[in-house]
This record gives sequence, C-alpha cells and structure tokens, in this order.
Amino acid sequence: MSGTQRLAAEGPVYELTGDSALLERMLLIRRFEDAVQRLFQRGEVHGTTHLYSGQEAGAVGVCAALAPGDRAAGTYRGHGHALALGVDPQGLMDELLGRASGVCGGRAGSMNVVDLRHGLVGCFGIVGGSIAAATGVALGFQRRGLENVAVAFFGEGTSNQAYFAECLNFAQVLRLPVVFVCENNRYMEFTPIEDVTAGEIPARVEALGLWNRTVDGMDVQAVRAGASEAVAHARSGAGPAFLQTLTYRFVGHSRSDPGAYRKPGELDEMRRRDPLAVERARLIEDGAADEAELDGLEARVAAYIDEVAARALEAPFPDPEAEFQEYKG
Amino acid sequence: MSVAELEFRDAVRDALDEELARDESVVFFGEDVGKPGGVFAVTGGLQERHGDRRVFDTPISELAIAGAAFGAAITGLRPVIEIMFGDFLFLAMDSLANQAAKYWFISEEQASVPLVVRSAVGAGGRFGAIHSQTPVPWFQGIPGLKIVAPSTPRDAKALLKGAIRDDNPVLFLEHKRLYSVKGEPGSSDEVAPLGRAAIVRPGSDLTLVTAMKGVHDALAAAEELATEGIDVEVIDLRTLRPLDRDTVLESVRRTNRLLVVEEGPRTGGWAGGILADVAEDGLEYLDDVWRLTTADAPIPYSPPLEDAFLPSAERIVTSVRKHLNSTPVNSTA
Ligand SMILES: Cc1ncc(C[n+]2csc(CCOP(=O)(O)OP(=O)(O)O)c2C)c(N)n1
Repeated sequence: MSGTQRLAAEGPVYELTGDSALLERMLLIRRFEDAVQRLFQRGEVHGTTHLYSGQEAGAVGVCAALAPGDRAAGTYRGHGHALALGVDPQGLMDELLGRASGVCGGRAGSMNVVDLRHGLVGCFGIVGGSIAAATGVALGFQRRGLENVAVAFFGEGTSNQAYFAECLNFAQVLRLPVVFVCENNRYMEFTPIEDVTAGEIPARVEALGLWNRTVDGMDVQAVRAGASEAVAHARSGAGPAFLQTLTYRFVGHSRSDPGAYRKPGELDEMRRRDPLAVERARLIEDGAADEAELDGLEARVAAYIDEVAARALEAPFPDPEAEFQEYKG
Repeated sequence: MSVAELEFRDAVRDALDEELARDESVVFFGEDVGKPGGVFAVTGGLQERHGDRRVFDTPISELAIAGAAFGAAITGLRPVIEIMFGDFLFLAMDSLANQAAKYWFISEEQASVPLVVRSAVGAGGRFGAIHSQTPVPWFQGIPGLKIVAPSTPRDAKALLKGAIRDDNPVLFLEHKRLYSVKGEPGSSDEVAPLGRAAIVRPGSDLTLVTAMKGVHDALAAAEELATEGIDVEVIDLRTLRPLDRDTVLESVRRTNRLLVVEEGPRTGGWAGGILADVAEDGLEYLDDVWRLTTADAPIPYSPPLEDAFLPSAERIVTSVRKHLNSTPVNSTA
C-alpha cells in the first residue's frame, strides 16, 4: 500500500465555515451540554453524565487539526469530543435520551458512545481505555500503510493508570502515529490531582522521549496551533506526540457534585477565561466579526440545540423484543 | 415502635468504622473514599475519625491499589480496599487472581492474605454496559477467594465484619440498587460467618435461590404468587463462594422444584453451577429446575431495554406461573 492513502470518512454532519467556525463549534458544545443538564434534571437523560462545559477549546482545537480519516478516542466526558469530530448532535442527543434513533440505537448511553462514521472510536467509560484504543488504532493505521493519525483524549488523573505507562512506551517504541491529549482540569472526580500524583506529568512523558508540549486549554487557537504541530509530528512517522491542555471544568464531575473540593475563587477566576469569551473577543479585536454578527450566531446555535432537544424528546424508544432477538452474544 | 431502621450504605460504613476502631491493623483506601467520602456516599467521616494514615485516597490506579493491599496484607495489615465499580475489578485482576488468592496455598501457608475488596455492582441505574456488571463468575472460579453478596443492611454490616476478620481474600459486593434500602439493624456486635445461606421465606412449592437485589425481587414475587396459592421458599445465598449447597439441597428435598435467579448472562453464570450441583446430588427430588438470568448480551443503557433485560419480580412471577402450570403443584408426595 502506498504511504499517502487515508481512511475514507464521512464529513461532519453540522458543517462549519468561516472565521467564526471554531467559536461556533464551541458554542454548539456548550449549548448541547446545557440542554443535557436540563434534560438530566427532568429525568430524560438517565444514570449519570459528565459534562464538558469549560473544556470546549480542547476538543475543538485538537479536532480542527485533524484530516479526513483520522480517528479519536474520547472519554466518559465525551460529548465535546464527539461534537468536535462532527458527530450529528441530533443522533448524540437521541442516544443520551435512550432513543432508537441514537447513534448507537440507545444501547450505549452517555459514557459509551461510538460513531466510527465520524471518526469517533468511542467514549471510553474506563479511565485509560481511550489511550489503549487510540494506540491500537494507530498501530492499525501504521501497519496498513495509511497516513492517518489517532488521538487519545484523557484527563490528568488518567496519568496514574497502568494504561498510561504501558501504552505510551508501547507507542514510542513502535513509533506509532498517535497524539496523546491530556486535558488537565486539575481534579480527578473530587480529588485534586496534586494530592495523588508524584512529579509533573510532562516529565513522565519526557522520560520516554516523546515529543511533548503544554498549551493554554482555554484558548482554542493555542490548542489548534499546538495540536497542528503534534499531529504533523505523528503523521510524519516520527512517533507519538503528547499535548497537555491546561483547562478547567465549570460544572461538577458528574451529577450530584457540589464541587466542595474547588479552591476558593478558582471557579470565578477560570470563568473569566471562558474559552468562548476568549475566542469571541479575539474575533472582534481582529475585525473578523462584529458584536451583532456574533450575537446572531449565538442565537442561531441556541435555537438549533433547542430544536435538537425537542426532536429527541419526540423520538421513539427501542423495542426490547427486537433488540435482544437480533443480538446474538 | 421498633429501633430506628438502618440504611444499607450506613451499615457498610458502620462496619468499617467499628472494625477500624476495634483493630489497629485495619486500613481502608481507594479512589475518592477519604476526604470526599466515596462516590456512593458510603465512607464519609471515616478519615476524620481514624486519620489519614489509616483511611486514605489513592490515585486512579486499580492495579496498584489491589497489589499494594496484597503486599500489606502479608505484612501484618488487614487492608480493606474499594474498587469503585465492579466493572473496574478487571483492571485489578492479576493482583487479585494470581497473587492474593493463591499466596496462602502456594506458600504452604507461611502467610495468609487478610484482604477485603469492596465493590459496587449491579444494573438498573442506567449506567450502561461498563458501569453495571456483576462479575461474580470471574471470581467464583478462583480458589482462594471468597465472595460475599449481602441483600440487607443487617447482613451487610455483619458480613462485612466477618469478611474483615477472615484471614484470606474476600470480595465484598454491594449492589448499587440496595444502597438506599432500609432495614432492621440487628445487634451492633453481630459478626456473620461466611459461607452460610439463609432461608428468608419458608415455602413448600418451589425453592427460589438468589442473592443481593434478587432477594428483594424474589420476596416481592413470592408475595404475589402466594395470592395464587403458590408457596415459594426464598433462599438468600449471602456468600457466592463458598456456596452453601446443603441449605439449597435440603430445601429442594422438600419443595421438589428449584429456580435460580441471577443478575448476569446465562452462559458462564453462577446460576448454572447451582443447577448442576443440585442435579448431581438431588436428581431424585427434582420435578422441575430452571434459571432466570439476563440474555447473553452486554447491559443496555436505554431504560426500556435495561428494564426488559434484567430479572425482576414481574419476570419471576411470570416464569414461575408458566413452570408450575405445566407441572401441577404437589405432584410429588
Ligand atoms: C478504571 C476506572 N477507574 C475509576 C473510574 C471512575 N472515574 C471516572 S472519571 C474519574 C476521574 C478521572 O479523572 P481525570 O482522568 O483527571 O479526567 P476528568 O474526569 O477530570 O476529565 C474516575 C476516578 C473509571 N471510570 N475507570
């Protein structure tokens, strides 16, 4: 096989163009998560959900650096990863509401969504699962002679998992085309990362000789710039790259989390660096858009997500009888 | 009025609290269990009372948690660890299955491994395929390990104490749907022996064997069936390894029918093992024998799918009716 081939892939369902494309994608995620929160409180989204609010610049910046056929593995905090890759917001919302029209027919739910059509290897419910999956996808790309790159998204707490140590070394010795994106939001579930982590995470990666960089995860342009270099490195055949994004989640880890562990003033301080506000201010400063245009954009995205939520509530549930007859485990 | 009822999660916490107070060598650790008090709000206050040398938070490192507990157990501590969800036990498997469970035997009993692994299991909470499993069969096939699976607050407390005082590894399973269940507390110094089932409802037409949440479903089903003249005996296994075969066999001798209800896939499940045991040793007493399990599929997320997938009081009632109508009650004297 020639080295320039890439995996066939479908384009994003929700198409974006123009200077405000990254802002629009982040808005889409934020409004989506707001809707999920509301629907969860109404008992329409079930079990538990982990929202991406505050971290949007990470997935959006990284996915903006990807090429067709590249794939990414997200986490249980995966709605942002999915939407940034171009997964259909309607299919994702339907899935969270357990409807037959969901991207996985209602089988998966929030923590386990898969949509290979749009490059989403999965949202991995097991901490560290995304790292292993992306490492393996990269092995597949490499050995099939494809010029694609795999991305693993994971949190900083995941750096203490066996998967992290084993897969980073594995990927480096095999020079696999994988980008490890560590989204450092300072907390695992309720435990501050520094309480349970020795040393700095990039130092571990450096010890393995991986290309690595840390970027401001509240700034989508900074993330995209860092990710572009990381992806180029991985695509060149030089081996895996490691990108740390310094970010923050504005909401609880999952449902029922009052956030008692946060340091005083920290949430307010980070909200002032809201990635949506940062990008909006930049567009205006650069003269790429004016206030009225961006207000219009925000209203359009909000209205679109309202429609998505309304349609999801109308969608039919799967039929258990058919489901279990069809599946032969 | 009777004494205040005890909630299942408080029963677990009380057992930990009292064992930590009773025995200096008991320590407790896991992810988010200390300061935050656990994701199921079970372990709050333990770190404050017993200090952070004995109750502490760990990194997200299941293999290290289990491995360190094993090493500490052969060095004079009695560690209790929490593996947050039963589904995460798979990440700790080598340490539990290859190291802790076999050490007492292969070392020719030089040191025992007094280690308890607490883990939240079970479906019904819409947590999906990877936060809802009850991986009993994985562990049931490992000699050297005991599996405790309580159904009531009183048993949870007395059995956890029994598990902590046991000298070799015990897996202690807490069904998520039981955490908020309340029940009669029992006496505070009660310690239950492991390996003994309990007949929680006597009956003459059918022996229904189950564990954990299944016991509650079985009791509800038995009430319903009683109104139709079907008298069900319910056995709560309480320990899934070692299994109390004698109690089951003795019951089947009287009822001549056996139904085992397991929240787990049919193939490779623990219900099948009980049917085999009873068939081997009690074939002559049997008029009917069957099991109710989940389909051989991963646990689905969508509410109608999950509800149809799991055993429930309703499914038990339907299944018992069907079987007893084809073999009339009291056909065997
Ligand atoms: C193997 C495993 N252990 C524990 C958990 C429970 N858990 C879910 S998220 C989480 C914290 C993860 O922290 P981090 O990696 O920093 O990512 P974040 O959630 O902050 O994005 C934990 C402990 C899990 N899902 N899988």
